[in-house]
Amino acid sequence: MTVKLILRNKEYEVKAEMALLDALKKCGIVPESVIATRAGELMTEDELLVDGEVIKLVAVISGG
Amino acid sequence: MKCKKCGERASINLRQHRMALCKDHFLEWIPEQTERFIKKYNMFTRDEKILVAVSGGKDSLALWDILTRLGYKADGLYLGLGIDGGINYSEESHRLTDEFAQKNGLKLHVVDVEKEYGYSIPILSEMSHRGFGKPCSVCGLTKRHEMNRIARDLGYDVLATGHNLDDEAAVLFGNTLQWAPDYLLRQGPVLPSAEGLARKVKPLCRFYEREMTAYSIARGIEYIYEECPFADGSTQVFYKESLNQLENVRPGTKLTFYLRFLEARQSGELFIERDSKQAHIHPCAKCGQPTSAPELCSFCRMFEKADAIRNG
Repeated sequence: MTVKLILRNKEYEVKAEMALLDALKKCGIVPESVIATRAGELMTEDELLVDGEVIKLVAVISGG
Repeated sequence: MKCKKCGERASINLRQHRMALCKDHFLEWIPEQTERFIKKYNMFTRDEKILVAVSGGKDSLALWDILTRLGYKADGLYLGLGIDGGINYSEESHRLTDEFAQKNGLKLHVVDVEKEYGYSIPILSEMSHRGFGKPCSVCGLTKRHEMNRIARDLGYDVLATGHNLDDEAAVLFGNTLQWAPDYLLRQGPVLPSAEGLARKVKPLCRFYEREMTAYSIARGIEYIYEECPFADGSTQVFYKESLNQLENVRPGTKLTFYLRFLEARQSGELFIERDSKQAHIHPCAKCGQPTSAPELCSFCRMFEKADAIRNG
């Protein structure tokens, strides 16, 4: 019952059925600094994570 | 979470506006708001020729996309900086910019700094000894100089950049920490044209960086995701991360920080403008662009120094 979160070259594993916001907090990721996508579609932080899925986190900060 | 406009599943939650939107309404909202900001700050009209500085990143490509969708006459300018960093950074960003222009039938001007001046940005940084071992200050100086040169040489009315609110808030934060009045007085959505200087505008200055990322993803814009190899550990990134920590706890902090600053600046409550004549702005003896330095501007002095080292 796990879900994989991928941010750049880092992978995090969290329990399924928790809200995305809670998962981000658990991984120490500031929600404001990422956009989460499920199968390429944008998702909001209240959505529940489904067992076995992979959530891609897109870093939003760019410098220069 | 439901879309505020249609009640369908929301794709993004804009906490600072207490509003969630579905993908379709978000993709409508961004250009609507951009149009509002363009008018509010008198940036440009539909009759004017706009040059968009495009880097291949999400913000500048999104800006070009939005202006085109809104029906503005906007051409692109890509500056080849010669940054590799083991990931072909400049080459890849050029490729993505070129692809975007071709796909949308847009005109793109390309200037390769190394071909034009004989040095890539990293080499120029080494030769000129500017920026404490990092090429960021050389890069910024060169970009500002070249964007202004091309905008004026090619007869554009206005130069538009993709700076978002996080960019602006980070600069403001840095200048506030140092109480740098000259820089604070210069910051704003529009830098009016002056003798030798093209008008510069930032139509995305009220959108969060997170929103521009979401817009690019939702529009299917392919942009360079890899960070500039020299941006790692930069002060600007540190300020952005710090502001995001505040935003996380108090949604709207970044927006309020920037907008209240603009209001205070405009009302003249915070700062007293110095007489511009005191700044002794005059044309550079070599390139003609305005400068406050004696004789040559910083850009031309940088090349004189690099040339002197190269020629022994």
